[in-house]
Amino acid sequence: MLRLERRPEASHLMSYASPAIAILLMLIGGLFLFAFLGKNPIEGFKVFFINPISDLWGVSELLLKATPLMLIAVGLAIGFRANVWNIGAEGQLIVGGIAASAVALHFQESEGAHVLILMIIAGCIGGMLWAAIPAFLKTRFNTNEILVSLMLVYVAQLLVSWLVHGPMMDPDGFNFPQSAMFEDSALLPLVFDDGSRVNLAFVFAIGALLAGYVFMFRSFAGFQMQVAGFAKDAARYAGFSARRMIWIGLLAGGAMAGLAGMAEVSGPMGQITDQVSSGYGFAAIIVAFVARLNPVGIFFASLLMALLYLGGEQAQQYMNLPSSISLVFQGMLLLFLLGSDVFINYRLRWKREVAA
Amino acid sequence: MEGSILSSILFATIVAGTPLIIVALGQLIAEKSGVLNLGAEGMMSMGAIAGFAISFETGSVWLGVLGGMAAGALMSYLFAVVVLTLMGNQVATGLALSILGVGLSAFIGKPYESEILPTIEAIRIPLLADIPIIGEPLFAQQSLVYFSWALFGAIVWFLYRSRPGLVLRAVGESPSSAHSIGYPVIRIRYMATIFGGAMAGIGGAFLSVFYTPLWVEGMVAGRGWIAIALVVFATWRPFRVMVGAYLFGGVMVAQLFVQGSGLEINIPSQFLSSLPYLATIIVLVIISRDQNTVRLNAPVSLGQPYRPDA
Repeated sequence: MLRLERRPEASHLMSYASPAIAILLMLIGGLFLFAFLGKNPIEGFKVFFINPISDLWGVSELLLKATPLMLIAVGLAIGFRANVWNIGAEGQLIVGGIAASAVALHFQESEGAHVLILMIIAGCIGGMLWAAIPAFLKTRFNTNEILVSLMLVYVAQLLVSWLVHGPMMDPDGFNFPQSAMFEDSALLPLVFDDGSRVNLAFVFAIGALLAGYVFMFRSFAGFQMQVAGFAKDAARYAGFSARRMIWIGLLAGGAMAGLAGMAEVSGPMGQITDQVSSGYGFAAIIVAFVARLNPVGIFFASLLMALLYLGGEQAQQYMNLPSSISLVFQGMLLLFLLGSDVFINYRLRWKREVAA
Repeated sequence: MEGSILSSILFATIVAGTPLIIVALGQLIAEKSGVLNLGAEGMMSMGAIAGFAISFETGSVWLGVLGGMAAGALMSYLFAVVVLTLMGNQVATGLALSILGVGLSAFIGKPYESEILPTIEAIRIPLLADIPIIGEPLFAQQSLVYFSWALFGAIVWFLYRSRPGLVLRAVGESPSSAHSIGYPVIRIRYMATIFGGAMAGIGGAFLSVFYTPLWVEGMVAGRGWIAIALVVFATWRPFRVMVGAYLFGGVMVAQLFVQGSGLEINIPSQFLSSLPYLATIIVLVIISRDQNTVRLNAPVSLGQPYRPDA
């Protein structure tokens, strides 16, 4: 009989191989899914995974979609390493987007770089404020940060809905729930001049990954958070402040999610609508896990996750499937990963049943 | 306030609280065995779309509810395999289940988005339903409302009066002792988790088949998470789950109160809609303020993986 047997020590190899196994299983699961839906699996695979990146424009769209995922995931990973579970990045993204939009709409007549700089600051602060609520309640009242940060996602969605139906609505917009289009001074400059939509936020994302790397592996606070994640008691005996880690973990996630929200309204959207959240906050959680909470991994996992989004759009266009198929792939990926992680600490062994 | 308005507010409160009761009581059983499944939102979403699609295709409400139950159970089985057999992290796996369930239900539900089910007649209990004010809310309800009360009774009896209930609690408090006196810890946890999933599925089906009755992407709207918060708020006691669910039901139908008050106040609808979420945060703060309340009442092994090393 096949049995799981505990390894003498955790397998280093498996902790890196397991995301690869999960991706492979997801691809196989995808083939079955297409077949089950009555589509040709090979054709489906091609439309979903190959077509979106078969030309330069596709690759640039991939970078554009991966940008908010990289930003949010690196912020979340800082908290996750210390078991601070910020699940509400989606809400923090929305509030960051709102704050940045408020600046953009306020400075409608202004020219100059100060508009964008203020928008970036506002976006980060907006996200941090929203993340500060679960941080405060956790440190002050010991309230579960998972549930609080998640509830605030719904509140943020309602908040943006109210704003774009009311105070932020475009007066000349025929009552559509959206703000006026931003002026050029409130739009992030494009990085390449070949017509692609990749903007400065991609540079921020790369910077954030580098900064995240330095914080996690080269700073004392990052080391403390790592210890707390592995062994809570050891961290307590060493006198590391749990309170400080909760604040750092949540605020880092909030700031990055807020910046991602700013990058959305100031980049591809160019205005704020009630559709500012497109699930990036939740997808980034998957990115962080698949990447083993490592910034290098986050870079690649974000590209993969962005590919799943683009694939969903292609599947909608060419295969007449709902674009939410992306979410199915994302969910599968995370479940397979969590399942195959068992082989980090266990291995399969044949064991003969011993007769009693 | 007029009697008829009071009666209709009470009626709406009980209806809104019903899915929360069913889902939260299911989660209560799973958590009593030591399993924390944060996937309730996903299981409810799958229950809602399965219930709706099957009711719509077959024309049978009860096949729909059964289908919703099966969908929830299947989702929780998936969860159980990952956390109980493969010892995955319960928090992360529950999140994955929520993301998967919400996504998969949106995907499956696309063709049903413009469909609507016929309204289901309430079941009137003769004489009792004619009592003024409380008659209609209590005795002229949908069948699943009565089911939620029966479920409450059954769970109280099971947990505190039956031997299997005692075993279940023992598994949640100390899996290693339960194992050493010969109880199959993992199998019991499987059953408790799947029961929780089945109830979440029924709760979801209630929303799409009885309550709205239509399917919209994201219609569960955080009720799964609120149900999880409710179990904490109730400090793992069935009676408090009931009370809490109706409190939340009341908050969810806050619009009715505003209309019923006859006051000409202009509150944005988004503000009223955000009340259940804000209320969840507030009750969580109140209950967690004293660390001991939660620590003393939570099943000791909640969220901890267990593997009997033979």
